[in-house]
Amino acid sequence: MSKQTAVRHREIGLSDEQVLDMYRTMILARALDERMWLLNRAGKLPFVVSCKGQEGAQVGLAFALDPTRDYVAPYYRDLGVVLRFGQTARDVMLSGFAKREDPNSGGRQMPGHFGSRKNRILTGSSPVSTQIPHAVGMALAARMRNERLVTYTSFGEGSSNQGDFHEACNFAGVQKLPVIFFCENNLYAISVPLARQVGCERIAQRAEGYGFPGVTIDGNDVLAVYEAARTAVNRALDGLGPTLIEVLTYRINPHSSDDDDRVYRSREEVDEAKQRDAIVTFGAYLRSTGVLTADKEQALLRDVEQVVDEATAYAEQAPYAEPQEALGHVYAQ
Amino acid sequence: MAVKLFIDAIRDALVYEMRQDDSVFVLGEDVGLRGGVFRVTQGMIDEFGASRVIDMPLAESAIVGVAIGAAAYGLKPVAEIQFADFIMPAVNQIISEAAKMRYRSNGDWSCPLVIRAPFGGGVHGALYHSQSVEALFYHIPGLKVVVPSTAADAKGLLIAALRDPDPVLYFEHKGLYRLIKDEVPDGEHVVPIGKAAVRREGTDITVITYGLMVHYVLEAAEELAHAGISTHVLDLRSLLPLDRDAIIEAARRTGKVLIVHEDNKTGGVGAEVSAMIAEEALYDLDAPIARLCGPDIPAMPFSPTMEKFYMLNPAKIADAMRTLAAF
Repeated sequence: MSKQTAVRHREIGLSDEQVLDMYRTMILARALDERMWLLNRAGKLPFVVSCKGQEGAQVGLAFALDPTRDYVAPYYRDLGVVLRFGQTARDVMLSGFAKREDPNSGGRQMPGHFGSRKNRILTGSSPVSTQIPHAVGMALAARMRNERLVTYTSFGEGSSNQGDFHEACNFAGVQKLPVIFFCENNLYAISVPLARQVGCERIAQRAEGYGFPGVTIDGNDVLAVYEAARTAVNRALDGLGPTLIEVLTYRINPHSSDDDDRVYRSREEVDEAKQRDAIVTFGAYLRSTGVLTADKEQALLRDVEQVVDEATAYAEQAPYAEPQEALGHVYAQ
Repeated sequence: MAVKLFIDAIRDALVYEMRQDDSVFVLGEDVGLRGGVFRVTQGMIDEFGASRVIDMPLAESAIVGVAIGAAAYGLKPVAEIQFADFIMPAVNQIISEAAKMRYRSNGDWSCPLVIRAPFGGGVHGALYHSQSVEALFYHIPGLKVVVPSTAADAKGLLIAALRDPDPVLYFEHKGLYRLIKDEVPDGEHVVPIGKAAVRREGTDITVITYGLMVHYVLEAAEELAHAGISTHVLDLRSLLPLDRDAIIEAARRTGKVLIVHEDNKTGGVGAEVSAMIAEEALYDLDAPIARLCGPDIPAMPFSPTMEKFYMLNPAKIADAMRTLAAF
């Protein structure tokens, strides 16, 4: 890597500490994801859904947001985003094991159904795209309250076919609301490839119909995603309205622990995608700039492993909810 | 206290609450300059501005979905669905989202949202401007469903709904808008959700009903009184939750129960009311529980002959009441 590109992150205003923090968040998301997958295969977690391959895009986007100011309505793969917004490894594992202390749902929802008020993460569900109008509604409410912030919502390319995506984008465009629509285009909606999901070339093209910008970014280019997100955030904060950011990424794992992707894509394709994985390429970039030294990397990996070990042990031993707690929180008490 | 039309009482409640709580706002199709297709929100945009009386694009799921986001944020949206028949595109948002936000977040998030929707027939509204949809939502824990039948209740239940910490569906019978007027308390007036109202005291038969049918039943009861039949009339007002105690009490009062609703019979609210009585007051009954409801057809036709066939009226209700009284 040339000297010029070696300082790319500094040129776009990111410090060495910030890019290391980004990398650590990516590594933590990956480590949690891989551990949960392993725990599923070991029969300890009944279901997991994976972010593997998408961490770089998620973290690049999330670092352009302000976790003390903004709100997020993430979809189920957004582990990188919720970690940035303050969820801990322990929170994630408590959710995986469906334990009482799980801050997302007290063990009521599957893993990946994020939500915690203190982290400004809106509670999510399984029907796809329903969160998109919620993010728009939060942006509307914030504007009515004269709060200067942005709301973020994410979804896959398949979900961009839902009416809720269209209805929410349309209204956000009409009202010029401060919303970041983040489409994590990982090329597959479970088994159905992009070409069978949409007739257009790029999901970002859809933004034109709603009257706001849409951009397509290489999701493995963490810094490019960060830059696009920062542009969108500034635009939103300046009252200019929403932006649709599409990242081209890849889901390395099957859709979920219950899926078998061998029937719909080749191993060669998956192996090839692994070479472009942002964990690999961003790590190489950081090493080439000297930001990530061998010592730092070893310490980081050791630390993350320890955090994941601790979180797993804690969550595994944590108590379940009492059975009759299923009756609570239907209505305000 | 002033005599007001049902429709004006609804607007009264909205204006009263919006004046004292700046977190309340309305959003829906044509609610702004047009004041709603029925004029419920007439003039409100002049007082509260376009930012609190929001004309929404024609997309019901966004109306409710955006309202849910605003409610989660801490505001109190009143989403107007122009006709209850058109609530269907928003059902996913209502059932999967609004009803479950508190539960699925273990009490961390909530959704203090009100959805208003005109429902009901007999107004030449045909299949898609006449439906009663309450039974669809009645089944869903996490929601509340209210159906006022008087102007006073229209105001009091709407204010209660606006102050409720959970999502409330407020179904207003469009046939009542300008048909009914009664004394409406000025200013503060709250009718608690979950409380039925006895509209007429009686000793021979009990009729349990809600919405426009309350008025038809009262008319029929008056007619039967001339024949010496004394009718006890319970207006449910809240369908979810139902006022179980009031239902059981009303059933025991006479031992003969007729449930009347405009909605079609199968799986309607009357089925649950009937089951409640069977569970708790079977041995107090002197006759099988009777139901008089709309026929089990998809919706009421446009043709006046077929519409009239669908709709209940005081005469049909009086017949059913006489049959029950004679049992």
